[in-house]
Amino acid sequence: MISLTSPVRIWAHDMRAGVKLGLLSLATVALFASESPLVLGGAALGVGALYLTGGARFARAGLDGLRMLWPFLVVIALWHGVTGQIEAGVAVTMRLLTAVALANFVTMTTQLSDMIAVMSWLLTPLRRLGLSTRALELSVALVVRFAPVLAQKGGRLTESWRARSPRRAGWKIVTPLAALAIDDAEYVAEALRARGGME
Amino acid sequence: MERNLALVAMFAALIAALGLIPKLTLGFGVPITAQTMGVMLCGTVLGARRGALAVLLFLALVALGLPLLAGGRGGLGVFATPSVGFLVGWPVAAFVTGLIVQNWRGNLAVVSAVASVLGGIVVLYGFGVVGMAFMLDKTLAEAALLVTAFIPGDVLKAVLAGGITSGLAKARPNSILSRG
Repeated sequence: MISLTSPVRIWAHDMRAGVKLGLLSLATVALFASESPLVLGGAALGVGALYLTGGARFARAGLDGLRMLWPFLVVIALWHGVTGQIEAGVAVTMRLLTAVALANFVTMTTQLSDMIAVMSWLLTPLRRLGLSTRALELSVALVVRFAPVLAQKGGRLTESWRARSPRRAGWKIVTPLAALAIDDAEYVAEALRARGGME
Repeated sequence: MERNLALVAMFAALIAALGLIPKLTLGFGVPITAQTMGVMLCGTVLGARRGALAVLLFLALVALGLPLLAGGRGGLGVFATPSVGFLVGWPVAAFVTGLIVQNWRGNLAVVSAVASVLGGIVVLYGFGVVGMAFMLDKTLAEAALLVTAFIPGDVLKAVLAGGITSGLAKARPNSILSRG
């Protein structure tokens, strides 16, 4: 399964994942505490520079990650254009772009395994209380394995639908797909029990 | 225990797979993805607690950096977008949907559809609107105005979720844990 970690290695890949996440939380709180378009614009420039330290290819990948925001940016532009509150609109836009870009930066420079290690560390208090977090760790692995499998099965259902009908399959394949997911779950449960289960 | 764990994991994977189904576009150009329907199904099929767990598991993997949301989105960035309220509301939506299906013993298709409307729309939009108001610096009423375009699509998904749940109850009778 492909993760969103950037294939272009930059200096931030070598930072500890926990440190990056801590800094990200602090920065995000700070962004939402500010209302000034100047401060937020400065922050946006800073994050742009941060991306550029990784080189042009890395920065372009970062820009791609912001594409999902365009519908919101259109709404903000229309809204603040009509109401004339330009300054507030600029502040909201800058804050949005900076917050999303910073969070993406951490995701792009952190391996999935390091993220899982941080999650596992965050759950330490639960283990101290005597709760097992093994079930969680196991289910993370199961989803990583089975999301592509189910997607593939969905693709095959779509194909067989298309072979028999001129119309698109759409939602009609969801029932068989869910049934296949349930069957897989039963097999996995049996396999887990056969290997000693969750004890 | 193993069965619950496998079902929870498999439904989290199902939400991911539903993100890959080609988008339907409503008459007036609002694209809808099947992922919210996956959230509804988690509630109607797995019940309140397990359904919410499956959605939480899915969100945890998104936050860890897997591109599981529709359109290949994922990572920490999506939790900083204006739609964050909807993501936060997903587990609660599954929980409420499941709770209603567990406690209201009527025709499964009808109950599931109504439960999906209440959980997947009423409750979910509550969270979504608050998130959007906060992220875009708008009042709650203004934010609500921005999301109304998506309600017809979600009503359609709730009705479909009802039909799919009753279809699953016929195909795999033992798997409807919400009625187990």
